[in-house]
Amino acid sequence: MSGSRNRDSKPGPSGFSRSGSKEAWQRDTLGPALERSAEREPEFTTVSSFPIDRLYSPEDLAGEGTFAEELGYPGEYPFTRGIHPTMYRGRLWTMRQFAGFGTAEQTNRRFRYLLEQGQTGLSVAFDLPTLMGRDSDDPMCRGEVGREGVAIDSLADMEALFAEIPLGRVSTSMTINAPAAVIFAMYLAVAEKQGVPFDRLAGTLQNDILKEYIAQKEWIYPPRPSMRLITDLMAFCTRHVPRWNTVSISGYHIREAGSTAVQELAFTLADGLGYVQAGIDAGLAVDEFAPRLSFFFNSHIDFFEEIAKLRAARRMWARFLRERFGARDPRSCMLRFHTQTAGCSLTAQQPYNNIVRVTLQALAAILGGTQSLHTNSLDESLALPSEESVTIALRTQQILAEESGVGNAVDPLGGSYFVEALTNRMEREAMDYIDRIEQMGGIVAAIEAGFPQREIADAAYRFQRQVDHGTKIVVGVNRYPMSEGGRPATLRVDADVEQEQLSRLSRVKASRDDARVATDLAVLRHAADTGENLIPSMLQAVRDYATVGEVCAALVPAFGTYREVSVL
Amino acid sequence: MSEPRRLRLLVGKVGLDGHDRGAKIIARAFRDAGFEVVYTGLHQTPEMVVQTAIQEDVDAVSLSILSGAHNYLFPRILELLRENGAADIAVFGGGIIPEEDITSLKAAGVLEIFTPGASTEHVVEWVRSRVHPRKL
Repeated sequence: MSGSRNRDSKPGPSGFSRSGSKEAWQRDTLGPALERSAEREPEFTTVSSFPIDRLYSPEDLAGEGTFAEELGYPGEYPFTRGIHPTMYRGRLWTMRQFAGFGTAEQTNRRFRYLLEQGQTGLSVAFDLPTLMGRDSDDPMCRGEVGREGVAIDSLADMEALFAEIPLGRVSTSMTINAPAAVIFAMYLAVAEKQGVPFDRLAGTLQNDILKEYIAQKEWIYPPRPSMRLITDLMAFCTRHVPRWNTVSISGYHIREAGSTAVQELAFTLADGLGYVQAGIDAGLAVDEFAPRLSFFFNSHIDFFEEIAKLRAARRMWARFLRERFGARDPRSCMLRFHTQTAGCSLTAQQPYNNIVRVTLQALAAILGGTQSLHTNSLDESLALPSEESVTIALRTQQILAEESGVGNAVDPLGGSYFVEALTNRMEREAMDYIDRIEQMGGIVAAIEAGFPQREIADAAYRFQRQVDHGTKIVVGVNRYPMSEGGRPATLRVDADVEQEQLSRLSRVKASRDDARVATDLAVLRHAADTGENLIPSMLQAVRDYATVGEVCAALVPAFGTYREVSVL
Repeated sequence: MSEPRRLRLLVGKVGLDGHDRGAKIIARAFRDAGFEVVYTGLHQTPEMVVQTAIQEDVDAVSLSILSGAHNYLFPRILELLRENGAADIAVFGGGIIPEEDITSLKAAGVLEIFTPGASTEHVVEWVRSRVHPRKL
């Protein structure tokens, strides 16, 4: 027992010591305890190697801003505690499972299944040829058609994808970037056919090309002309599709590529600043388009680090928008975001353990205040998810939402010394990165110099070495391995998909009016040269069944193509 | 006789798949292990990879495939190597590849497939024991 009688220690009732300060506690209570037995590790760090102190107390928040400056109340600037005053008491997050494989008909069936199971929004995964703006009959696409997502070549595929799904009543998220404007034009054309006015359409286009150069690597044109496509789309939606989220600024892929949590936060916000500046440079008023920018973060395995990252992101974005860009509309300052649990944290070994990982990650996203959530399926490190595993992933969210009570109070971790101190530190370290990027001339220049790419590659390699050396533990991989860890039945994508898609594409090309398509594409090429908004001429081209590959190729003479200088 | 020369390995990304985290990690691990590494960068066709492999005199081609196109891309590379008289270049790889596909790919001539969770040290050890300098 400590026998201290120091100034700042008060003897409690019956001789228990009660330290009046952290310093006194360290000296009188902690010190002797550490002498008796050391801690498990000399240093504790997050999965991102962010050091974590033993204990956080009011002293760790001293010198920071006031409660009102740093946190405030939910629904009020700087939105650290959430963007809505009632958060999940008012409305639960949207449960949005990303799905797509094979043909448009197969994905359409999966969508309708998910809607019947209580899912509230759609999320479309496209196949790689579509993501790269290439048609299924492009020789480069052999073996990839319909593999990782749904194959879309023309409006005919998009009509099949949304058959019997009323576009005025669902919200649709489409994960597509380089050819995002073309796919969006097709969505508008389907809405026209369903008789749904554009201003009733709700959804999100990922349309975040900057993170493609940084992490996901699905591009067509170089960064600068690609930014024009994005500002054209923002301008078009501001006028005609006001409920559409034009860019989903994505940290998800940055993290999956191996970044740390701080890098994810910093590079994502830097991308966001790039889009806001581009919008302003294109002549848009910040409050016209900023409210329709949304974000997409990863929720990785280190529980508190993720929560702190999400809270810091909200506060930083709010400050940037108000202080740097002079936003007046509070909605411009609200960082709304989707979260997906970390695919890269899932293991192929003992795959049922992934259910537990996903649950923890989903909980972190909820405690971080997410607006929508995708929970990964347990079999995603083996193959595309089966219907059974997708259902477990959705049920995970439903248990969190409706059984666990985690949504009963707004920002339940707000005020935790640890969470607040971690939030402050994430903000500071991310700001250091953002300052460096700005010294390079902004995010586009930093990407051209390979800076974020190199930082991420270094972090990814560092983490892999830590796992190889056992300094970071992955259960089932470098600790507690088993020779037979269970093998769920996985989804097989029908090998006939490619042939089926190719014959559909040739039917479309045979039945359309080629002269009209040629005229439409000439109009589009002209628009690319003159600088007028590209969306109306894209819309006309896809109405006439011009293909994704044809529309994307039409812009190459004006825009050029991108080749990466590989950074090892 | 001098020491056997250092192994030369090609690390490749074929097709449209942009997931290069694994490829870059394994390329660095090979380099740190003392192998000579040729990294192709992204979005290569099978023809481009085989051409590079032959020009660079590599001992093995390793491919990272997370796009689901492995059943087309691995056999196509093996076929092109044979057609170009370079069937002695070993082919191995890694990625999200289901077990039943691994069996059929190995039967087709792929030397080994590593799946998520394989440590870089394990892969390096495997290369040391199974990949040998070609007789040029």
